[in-house]
Amino acid sequence: MSTTRLSLSGISCAGCVSRVQKAIDAVDGVESATVNLAERTATIDGTASVAGLVKAIEAAGYGAAELRSLEDEKDKEAAEMLHYRVLLRRASVAALVGLPLFVFGMAGLLPELTDGIGRAFWFVVGVLTLGVLVYSGGHFFTGAWKSARNHNANMDTLIALGTGTAWLFSMVIVVRPEWVPVSAQHAYFEAAAIIVALINFGAALEMRARGKTSEAIKRLIGLQPRTARVIRNGIEMDVAIEEVGLDETLRVRPGERIAVDGDIIEGHSSIDESMLTGEPVPVQKQPGDKVVTGTINKLGTFLFRARRIGADTVLSQIIEMVRAAQSSKPAIGRLADTVSSIFVPTVLIIAVITFLAWFNFGPSDQSITLAVVTTMTVLIIACPCALGLATPISIMVGIGKAAESGILIRNGDALQQAGRLDTIILDKTGTVTEGKPSVTEVVSFGQWGEEDILRWGASIEQGSEHPLAEAIVAAASDRKITLPEARDFTAVAGRGVAAVIEDQQMLLGNRRLMQERDIDISAVMDAATALTHKAQTPVFLAVGGKVAGIISVADAIKDDSKAAIRRLHELGLKVVLLTGDNEATANAVAKQVGIDQVVAEVLPEDKAAKVVSLQQQGERVGMVGDGINDAPALAGADVGFAIGTGTDVAIESADITLMGGSLHGVPDAIKISRATVRNIKQNLFGAFVYNSLGIPVAAGVLFPFIGVLLNPMIAGGAMAMSSLTVVSNANRLRFFKAREQS
Amino acid sequence: MNVVLVNLAGVAIIAFVIWWFWLSEPKAQRVLKNVVDIVVEGGTYTPPRIEVEVGKEVTLRFLRKDASPCAEKVVFEQLGISMDLPINIPKEIVVTPTEPGEYSFTCQMQMYRGSMVAK
Repeated sequence: MSTTRLSLSGISCAGCVSRVQKAIDAVDGVESATVNLAERTATIDGTASVAGLVKAIEAAGYGAAELRSLEDEKDKEAAEMLHYRVLLRRASVAALVGLPLFVFGMAGLLPELTDGIGRAFWFVVGVLTLGVLVYSGGHFFTGAWKSARNHNANMDTLIALGTGTAWLFSMVIVVRPEWVPVSAQHAYFEAAAIIVALINFGAALEMRARGKTSEAIKRLIGLQPRTARVIRNGIEMDVAIEEVGLDETLRVRPGERIAVDGDIIEGHSSIDESMLTGEPVPVQKQPGDKVVTGTINKLGTFLFRARRIGADTVLSQIIEMVRAAQSSKPAIGRLADTVSSIFVPTVLIIAVITFLAWFNFGPSDQSITLAVVTTMTVLIIACPCALGLATPISIMVGIGKAAESGILIRNGDALQQAGRLDTIILDKTGTVTEGKPSVTEVVSFGQWGEEDILRWGASIEQGSEHPLAEAIVAAASDRKITLPEARDFTAVAGRGVAAVIEDQQMLLGNRRLMQERDIDISAVMDAATALTHKAQTPVFLAVGGKVAGIISVADAIKDDSKAAIRRLHELGLKVVLLTGDNEATANAVAKQVGIDQVVAEVLPEDKAAKVVSLQQQGERVGMVGDGINDAPALAGADVGFAIGTGTDVAIESADITLMGGSLHGVPDAIKISRATVRNIKQNLFGAFVYNSLGIPVAAGVLFPFIGVLLNPMIAGGAMAMSSLTVVSNANRLRFFKAREQS
Repeated sequence: MNVVLVNLAGVAIIAFVIWWFWLSEPKAQRVLKNVVDIVVEGGTYTPPRIEVEVGKEVTLRFLRKDASPCAEKVVFEQLGISMDLPINIPKEIVVTPTEPGEYSFTCQMQMYRGSMVAK
């Protein structure tokens, strides 16, 4: 039985309380539940699942979220530290027994098994070693037994059988020497103890090294503040983060981290979101703007309302997504998975065959000794862990590394694919450019002035939501121009608009609109062409049937687009610009940023088709867009990159989400992908080579030729080191730099 | 005589390994409630094999008691689900198997193995 605490939203009266109470009581597994109206919380005892409770409350028309902050990484670290110490203690106890036996044995100082005193001595050693196997190696035996009962075999099975065989064979020699030929009468107690010591020691080191692989997640979790300042009944108080409910008002002071997601309701400030987006410049925020958990308030003080808490915040979602991605495996790791899943039973069979081979065909005076030693060594040296760890441990570091730079990679497949792309399609607006058009030039002809052109243009566009219209209205507003009233407004789809202002018929739109309405624009075409060559979009204004001026609108190219595109070229990728804009403007933008192929005047719905046509030519295509308008194209591409503006980006929409607005995220992701896949290949190669060479050598294939037989203790050491090597190699990725200056 | 016995024993062990680990499966536990508790301990998931109804939502609540790092994640490869399992804190995974069949869940290294059979 467990206790669950939920924060409720939408409850305002006793009637709501009883409806929520009824909904909770109806859930399977609820033993008792209390709904508190003042706190807007529900406390539920029983075995009901949190998901089931939230669903039931939502079905009753209210909102609910679990009142628990992110899993406390400190608890996890404390548990890991405890386990690390346990492993070290087990290793020390086993070494304390095994090492003296080994050293004195090598020096020939231990009694022989031939007389009564010798056998009594070895019997005591046998009992001591049994103690070691129980204390230091007991978990291998219980694990092996539990797995076996479930028709499963794992690492524990191999270690338990290897050390168990050593101990049992040695004990038989001590108690019933007559069962074994004199030539085979050698005890292996020290081998059993030292193998247990080495494997525990290796596991302890591996645990420490593994801790480092999850540093990126720890850093993200560390962004979550422990307390928040809430205002309840007009009184400000600091409460634990778990106590913050939905819709509560919180105060944030300069330098503080934001505790939950919400909307600013009072005050202004600039907020450093770099920890999530990788963008170093603080973002200005005002009432109505969203703030997200973990970001830092710089100078101002403000109040905001909690909209998402606990597991629902953007930070929690990022952490969950990174965690899930870190656990996923790319195709490259599947072979290792298949091998791992049949590995242990296969090794058991190899061990039996090894035993029988030496027993039947070994030199007659040594056949039993060789059979036992080689069987033991085969069991001990085989290491499915190195194989199983090879892929996930590198993915863990690689995806964590990307997350630190504001690059969220959905899964292992996306990570692997990103490095194999050969073409990148960039959407123009919002990807290469800022996505915020502004008026750059106003050109007037005839008797009218620039201000007249802008005044009329803005007046016509006042009611429109088109981005170009917004730019024109904003320009007039900046110049404090008073706008006259427009009437008889008509929009011409894909062309522009017509209206009557100050009793004059006005037309505002593109060249096609002018041509269709028989307006002669030949006299101004030179000026218009010059503007398109500067990557600007000219909007013509005609007054009373004559062209009166051009309002030129441009979407500024992001500062770093050119450099990012150069990096993509350096990585050997072909870059294509895809846009709905006119060809001349698209070409001009492409020229400025160094793109060699342009596909212009593409309707939004045709973007996905363009991706497919490139794929049909055998290209592996990455599509970079804003994640909302380009969703079909992103989904159709081999890897879809959603480029966001700060923390507003929809992180569900693509394979790779770039939290910062910079295009540099694309080459960064590709470089991290390539480095990670290279690391995985090294690990897999090492693990496969280790096992496919180690097992035959342990089985004694070299013995007939060069007389080399592997000592089981060396096999134990090699096994312990093999997974540690894999983890250490993956850890090297932590120091990988995708960008020189970052 | 001894030689024959040893060889026979060897062959019998090989046959047992093949039968026990590859050809036979643990008995499935039929899930009657919509929440199943699965304990992660000693290198195993208990129960290791559960039987659920196709199309019905089921909550699998994992409780990890095993401190070994091998136990820290559970992965449902076919369902594209993976989750970190904190020590001693139950963690829920809600799944609705839409197709009949066997859905395995494992640790990252395929050493801890369990399966969910949808019928």
